[in-house]
Amino acid sequence: MKSRLFQGASLCVAALSVFASAALAQTRTKLTAYTALENDQLPPFKAAIEAAVPDVEIVWVRDSTGVITARFLAEKDNPRADLVIGLAATSTLLFEKMNLLESYSPTGADKLRPAFRDGAGDYTWTGTAAILAVVCYNTVEAKKANAVAPVSWDDLTKADFKGKVVMPHPASSGTGYLQVAAWLQLMGEEKGWAFMDKLHDNVAVYTHSGSAPCVQAAKGERMVGIGFDMRGAREKTNGAPIDLIVPKEGVGWDVETTAIVKGTKNLAAAKKVADWTATKGANELFSKYSAIVAHPEVKNAPPNYPAEAEGKLVKNDFAWMAAERDRILKEWVKRYESKAQPK
Amino acid sequence: MNESFARPLVRESTIANALVATLIVTLILMIGWPLWALLSKSLQDGTGAFIGLANFRTYFSTPSMVAALVNSLWVAALTTTIVVPLAFVYAYALTRSRMPGKGLFTALALLPIFAPSLLSAISLIYLFGNQGFLKELLLGHSIYGPIGIVFAESCYCFPHAVMIIATGLRLADGRLYEVAEALGTRPSRVFFTITLPGVRYAAISAAFVVFTLVITDFGIPKVIGGQFSVLATDAYKQIVGQQNFEMGAVVGLVLLVPAILAFFVDRHIQKRQVALLSARAVPYEPKPAPGRDLALTLFCLAIASVLVAMLGMAIWASFIRYWPYNLSLTLANYEFENFEPGAWGPYLTSLKMAGLVAVLGTALIFTGAYLVEKTKVAAPLRGIAHFLAMLPMAVPGLVLGLGYVFFINTKGSPFGVLYGTLAVLVINTVAHFYTVGHITATTALKQIDPEFEAVSSSLKVPFWVTFRRVTMPISMPAILDIAVYMFVNAMTTISAVIFLYGPATKLASISVIHMDESGATAPAAAMATCIVLTAIAAKLIHLVMDKLVFERLQAWRRR
Repeated sequence: MKSRLFQGASLCVAALSVFASAALAQTRTKLTAYTALENDQLPPFKAAIEAAVPDVEIVWVRDSTGVITARFLAEKDNPRADLVIGLAATSTLLFEKMNLLESYSPTGADKLRPAFRDGAGDYTWTGTAAILAVVCYNTVEAKKANAVAPVSWDDLTKADFKGKVVMPHPASSGTGYLQVAAWLQLMGEEKGWAFMDKLHDNVAVYTHSGSAPCVQAAKGERMVGIGFDMRGAREKTNGAPIDLIVPKEGVGWDVETTAIVKGTKNLAAAKKVADWTATKGANELFSKYSAIVAHPEVKNAPPNYPAEAEGKLVKNDFAWMAAERDRILKEWVKRYESKAQPK
Repeated sequence: MNESFARPLVRESTIANALVATLIVTLILMIGWPLWALLSKSLQDGTGAFIGLANFRTYFSTPSMVAALVNSLWVAALTTTIVVPLAFVYAYALTRSRMPGKGLFTALALLPIFAPSLLSAISLIYLFGNQGFLKELLLGHSIYGPIGIVFAESCYCFPHAVMIIATGLRLADGRLYEVAEALGTRPSRVFFTITLPGVRYAAISAAFVVFTLVITDFGIPKVIGGQFSVLATDAYKQIVGQQNFEMGAVVGLVLLVPAILAFFVDRHIQKRQVALLSARAVPYEPKPAPGRDLALTLFCLAIASVLVAMLGMAIWASFIRYWPYNLSLTLANYEFENFEPGAWGPYLTSLKMAGLVAVLGTALIFTGAYLVEKTKVAAPLRGIAHFLAMLPMAVPGLVLGLGYVFFINTKGSPFGVLYGTLAVLVINTVAHFYTVGHITATTALKQIDPEFEAVSSSLKVPFWVTFRRVTMPISMPAILDIAVYMFVNAMTTISAVIFLYGPATKLASISVIHMDESGATAPAAAMATCIVLTAIAAKLIHLVMDKLVFERLQAWRRR
């Protein structure tokens, strides 16, 4: 009987020690960071931040841009995040307008490229890297279907690509929204929606991740993916038979940003992390995952990245993108929601 | 009865009543209150004001939501009509034939239980996706959508249907068949007048279980649904995607309807099923019939191959370097640090969670069942405790998970500190799988002669001593059964915990969903493979322990 009692006791001890070990880990300041960065970026970013600011521990909450934005807004009365890191400027601008961000300009932020700095009102956000949308074009599948490689956005509405195009859902994915906004800015509202109507006929599915389209194109699951630039380059480097095409009219882009959440209990620690994002060292890390980063002296051409992309960025009005986000998404959902992947 | 003899008995039953009351409070907190939170949330607007049925009106007047409801209903109905007949034949072969390798075929039929539901969906993408090597078999149709959902759900529900129907078939009274044979009745007539009517309740029960499993499953439509929306993914979209909690609550309640219906039909049926088998019944012994046995063996072989393929394809794919262009094998997809922010963390969290669920859940369930079954408790308390223990059976995981979100995450909730912790995942999972454990424990306890308690109390030994010294050791096999059941389900569950995990408590099954979502299908398959292997390993350890240790401990059961 003793041994059974002992067994029971040891089980209890085991259960308790699980909780105890969780409690012990809390010696460093835990900072909860909401992010839309790619999954594979999170461990190196965490390691770099914790090396630069040793007294913090970063806890990521990661989801696609739309989801993390919705979550942040839903929690606005009782914020659970200390920072946002790597979230699209169109979202942080919205937070800024709603007075949800702490006013703070990181040391060294003035040395960054102008497009990567908060330009209006209280300084709340700092850009880290640009995300672009490109066309990932699977050459093996194209050859099978005798398709001609697209050079312009209009080419994607051709019958060759019927049911073979995949792009991100703009309500969930930052990459999706920046490209929709780019079309509307490039072509004007009326022509922009008319183009998307035609493109919609060729779209097989709208994914919830900005990475998924280029991955699906890379695996030949679809022929054409409109998606996150760096993911396309990575897949090509990994051996996928894809070309990264920059349509001649120009491509959409957005800036990933860092900002401190108003009301955080760990303001001092959060400021240190914000300072880190403006350093050259941090930008060197960003440049491993992005072709265009905030620091003007950091340049990096990732393998298989289309060199012409930087010259083809559309003229972006971030304030307009943030202010009109709700209206554009509502209109988009009304027109095209039927093909969205379940989320 | 003299005074000094009666006194300790009164004290003892007071203690028993107090313990059962504690159990009831615990179960209300774990199960009743979250459901109440869900119900009340569905009647509120965004600010928490009561608005009656307005959310339901909005729901039924939004075409996309009604479309998801209709989709869910017909997909679940179609899956049920496919699975139940196939499961019937399979179960028939297991119970009513002399097919060789019955043990193996039983084990193979149960395989899908050890995997998260979405594993079969991942396999289907590799088999029938646009780059799948069996794609031509679909004749130009897309696997993304209803075809894929129905196929994958059929595999996922198959073991449940087989187990239920096989139980029904085993209850046959051999005398009926002997009489039929003596009267020279044709086999087809025997089948339609004896076999089918005998198993019809089990078949109905299986149909409801399958229907409920399909309509509330989240993983499969998420992975392979394509543009086809269903209720479960709608609930997720409302809650996680748009943070629209009120609409999510409405979807949750809509999901509850078929499940509750199934629950009551099932209870009704079980009452009738008992009456079928009298005490004088003789077990049925199948006669040799080579033609029948060959046909059934081939049938089972075909079904089992599909089930194995659905598991094997994902496992194989998890080792492939770059599908479909480079089929060389690699371990790169298991280097989770490249695909998942927590690297192996979610897997370890799952192990920890499942371990705690197995230990704490089993302790609660078995002790609870003992109190209800064996102690002198006031009848109303017993009834309430039993009802609460049976309730989770009627509540799909997704709905329970939603209830927990509202229960914990509303402003001013005393349980707010639990948000995103491992503790809430453990509590929720114990509640989610409570009923099956409770039934197992109750069945085992019923087999123990009540004389033990009677003798103990006449010797003035309190019931807790009897529990520790007699009941627990005797019931060890059942306790272990419950623990393994809890562990396996905690490893594979998705639908409830997807709403509840926090930054530090992401589980392996959720990580599979996230990796698949970002297009990392092979690493998702790799993580799912880890889950399957762990669950199967737990079961194998269970079997070995049962054989080596408990056979010895249970020697007293034999003469």
